Amino acid sequence: MTLMNEIHAPVPADIDEPPADANRAPKMSARDVSVFYGDKQALNGVSIDIRDDRVTAFIGPSGCGKSTFLRCLNRMNDTIPSARVTGKISLDGQDIYHSNMDVVQLRARVGMVFQKPNPFPKSIYDNVAYGPKIHGLASSKGEMDGIVEKSLKRAGLWDEVKDRLSESGTALSGGQQQRLCIARAIAVDPEVILMDEPCSALDPIATAKIEELIHELRGRYAIAIVTHNMQQAARVSQRTAFFHLGEMVEYGKTSEIFTNPRERRTQDYITGRYG
Amino acid sequence: MTLLIALIAIGLVAVSAWWLAIGRARDLRGKGRLNSLPAYHGVHTLLWALLPALLMLAVWAPIQTTLVNQAVLASAEGKALPAFDMQRDAILDEARQIAAGNIDHGYNPQSEQLAPRFSEAESRYGAIGGGIALLLTFAGAALALRRVVPEFRARAGVERWIQALLVAASLIAILTTLGIVLSLLFESLRFFKLVSPVEFLFGTSWSPQTALRADQAGSSGAFGSVPLFWGTAFIGAIIAMIVAIPLGLMSAIFLTQYSPPRLRAWLKPILEILAGVPTVVYGYFAALTVAPMVRDFGLAIGITSASSESALAAGLVMGIMIIPFVSSMADDSIAAVPQAMRDGSLALGATKAETIKKVLLPAALPGVVGGVLLAVSRAIGETMIVVMAAGLSANLTANPFASVTTVTTQIVQLLTGDQEFDSAKTLAAFALGLALFVITLILNLIGLRVVRKYREAYE
Repeated sequence: MTLMNEIHAPVPADIDEPPADANRAPKMSARDVSVFYGDKQALNGVSIDIRDDRVTAFIGPSGCGKSTFLRCLNRMNDTIPSARVTGKISLDGQDIYHSNMDVVQLRARVGMVFQKPNPFPKSIYDNVAYGPKIHGLASSKGEMDGIVEKSLKRAGLWDEVKDRLSESGTALSGGQQQRLCIARAIAVDPEVILMDEPCSALDPIATAKIEELIHELRGRYAIAIVTHNMQQAARVSQRTAFFHLGEMVEYGKTSEIFTNPRERRTQDYITGRYG
Repeated sequence: MTLLIALIAIGLVAVSAWWLAIGRARDLRGKGRLNSLPAYHGVHTLLWALLPALLMLAVWAPIQTTLVNQAVLASAEGKALPAFDMQRDAILDEARQIAAGNIDHGYNPQSEQLAPRFSEAESRYGAIGGGIALLLTFAGAALALRRVVPEFRARAGVERWIQALLVAASLIAILTTLGIVLSLLFESLRFFKLVSPVEFLFGTSWSPQTALRADQAGSSGAFGSVPLFWGTAFIGAIIAMIVAIPLGLMSAIFLTQYSPPRLRAWLKPILEILAGVPTVVYGYFAALTVAPMVRDFGLAIGITSASSESALAAGLVMGIMIIPFVSSMADDSIAAVPQAMRDGSLALGATKAETIKKVLLPAALPGVVGGVLLAVSRAIGETMIVVMAAGLSANLTANPFASVTTVTTQIVQLLTGDQEFDSAKTLAAFALGLALFVITLILNLIGLRVVRKYREAYE
């Protein structure tokens, strides 16, 4: 008896799987990536491809390195002074840890949504316009209005906030704040969106909205999501990677990971024996 | 002398009571379980023996002085004293010194006659006070010793005494502040009987030399404090802040955001040394080094009125002095902005500087403003720098190269040297002090409020 039979979610992976296109190069690929915090190794030799036409989920127990790996993909680990990354991660074939890679540009192309909603203490409009302003994406007020509206619409927040764009972003509910943060990330027109347990601070209804949103964003952006909620991984992703103790134990189609895992550790985890 | 003997006796009694209590408690412990350790019984007894008696002596000392004086004056020699205040006080004082053995003989024959009366009265009242205190010691010790029983909670008793001691300690600070305010208030009221508050608060001319004779020229006695408060604000709130806010803020940003941890560990203490330099050192640095440079610079750019005692020199040095205030407050408020804000901005592809300018500083602004208000309040109350570098002439000018004076400088001027306490000139110092106190109090209240409100916002 596997988890998939117990939860009543459809198995989207097989239904939504786009036609296989083996010739297309992956959006991002990681080869033998290890991360050290000081002397402590947090991640050991992870290799994975992230394709732009599907959602990739990272699951695993707390402290398994899944968030650490996610943060490598847009070099957010750079903000931690003791962190050191080895191996190779490339975006469209370009090494993102190479010295000629502009971190600022990289993060504009690889956006991130955090565990706890973190809107700036500014108006809703300014929250969304923050990125485009920095990167000079709009040359006029009208153009900026357009970007803000489009981003909020894509994040499914427009109808709820269109009449109060000048109110503070921190006054929204938790779920709305998280969608605002997604809108903020979308506004700079990224190619990849990384989500670090985006629903862990939200109630079930807000979570359902975010998951719905992830479905809608799929195909437009390559999406990588870290979650400790296995049902969520099953619901939103087409590929799942299982991490344990700093290693990637298993990677494959979500449906297969959940119904027919190859590794014993994966099976133990998804059937709730630990984690 | 009698008091000293009483003190020693009290100490001996208390120590023996302590010893007895410990002994009794140990005996009791041999027989069964005690609620408190013998040491607590000992301390409890010691406190009961010591503190009421000492408290009584502290209250008694000033009363005794009055009683002794009354007794001496009531004696035959005392009644023969001259009525004139100063002479009478001088003789009394001399007699007291002879009685205490500080001097061998007095210049006044009367004081030598009076001295034995003093000795008698002193020893009489000393014996009374000391006796009462000693009785209290015995009573306290007996009371406490009777309570050395197994179920008595001596620990809780000691705890209450300690609590009372701590309350007393904090009350002393509070009562002193109250006393300062009251003394300022009463002297100021005397001043305002001589000079109208309207003239003091709104007058624009300050010239506190009052004429001693009606025909004396050049001493108008004008008490308009506006030029002083302008000078204070010009130096402390304007020039010093123009220096301190940008430098303090930028060093805080560097220290929190850019500096590697090891450099920060060195730089921050060095910056804080600035706060530990005695203000008098800043004062002569301002007067001897900065002021001539400022004057030469002023002359070089064609300002002929540039004075060697300029608002600019004092303000610049004061600004340097309060950099640590501004920077440590800014440091705290920037560090209090959640890491999530920083990450959110960086993840959108903002650079460090953009993140600081657009996210960190706006979020930290209330804390920074609070810190600046506290720094201003500190700056306008600052005395030594302006006394040495700002000058004495009460000019109402916005020319930073001109000499201005400040409230604190004038207070120092008014109160140094021989002063009589019935003239408006001297009393003006208290009115100025009161006004300054009120202003800094308000600034502190607003500043602390802003800082606290801001802290709550993120917790």
